[in-house]
Amino acid sequence: MVIFVLSVATYLLLAWSGGGIDPIEVGIAVALGGVMAGLARAWNPERSWTLAGLNPLRWITFILYLFLPFLWGMIKANFDVAFRVITGKIRPGIVRIDSGLKGSLAQTMLANSITLTPGTLTVDVDDSGETGIFYVHWINVTDENPPEQKVYGSFGKWARRVAE
Amino acid sequence: MSTAVIILLGIGVAFNFLGTVALYRFPDVYTRLHGTTKCTTFGSIFTSAAVVVFALERYFATGEGRFTTLTVHVIIAIFALLISNATGAHAIARSAHRSGVMPKYAVVDRLAEDHRKKGGVSA
Repeated sequence: MVIFVLSVATYLLLAWSGGGIDPIEVGIAVALGGVMAGLARAWNPERSWTLAGLNPLRWITFILYLFLPFLWGMIKANFDVAFRVITGKIRPGIVRIDSGLKGSLAQTMLANSITLTPGTLTVDVDDSGETGIFYVHWINVTDENPPEQKVYGSFGKWARRVAE
Repeated sequence: MSTAVIILLGIGVAFNFLGTVALYRFPDVYTRLHGTTKCTTFGSIFTSAAVVVFALERYFATGEGRFTTLTVHVIIAIFALLISNATGAHAIARSAHRSGVMPKYAVVDRLAEDHRKKGGVSA
């Protein structure tokens, strides 16, 4: 359902050109959105038509997340990496973190956030257990068994709030 | 073009440049991915922001509808870029590790340790 709404909205935004929208375009958007949602459902092992993803509170939290901690994290990450590019000071390694996140959407969101923020890159996720275990490539290892706070700060909490 | 557009373009090009330099400076696949994903995403966001500012300026100056279309398209492109860049980097890192490319100068590699414990093929 989320995918249906998102694809329809994206199509209409791309087709919109300042003025009104042709009813034929709306028809095409709904048809394509239906196809996308059907395909996504066929691939998704959970096979749900849930409306949970349309909860406006989650979307507001998501947008807040995007503009406050995420944007700040990205700015820090870029200056950090830029600094390391210039000085060549690195101490890389792959560390293991138990994220404590159950949902696949929350895990995806956290993995993407980790990749785009300070000195970390998600290499693999082991979701065979109860909660997802992340293997993160860290460019500056200060602790071989780090707590989650140290690697990605408050992102875990945000991912839980938005997607679980 | 106004000063704001030029400044945004300058920042974007500078970060993209640093991302490219990172390819030469860093020793292995994983550290290079750090440079290329972060700096190029950030740099491209700034160049896209320059396009948005330019389009909005033109829109308020001329009032032509095509400039709002440009703004909307660029914003959608930024979101697509954010998702695909991070996912792509993760896919490269994961497949590199699975095919046995180990991180150089690594102080610790928990993923390889756990693979060995489970009897996986990756050394």
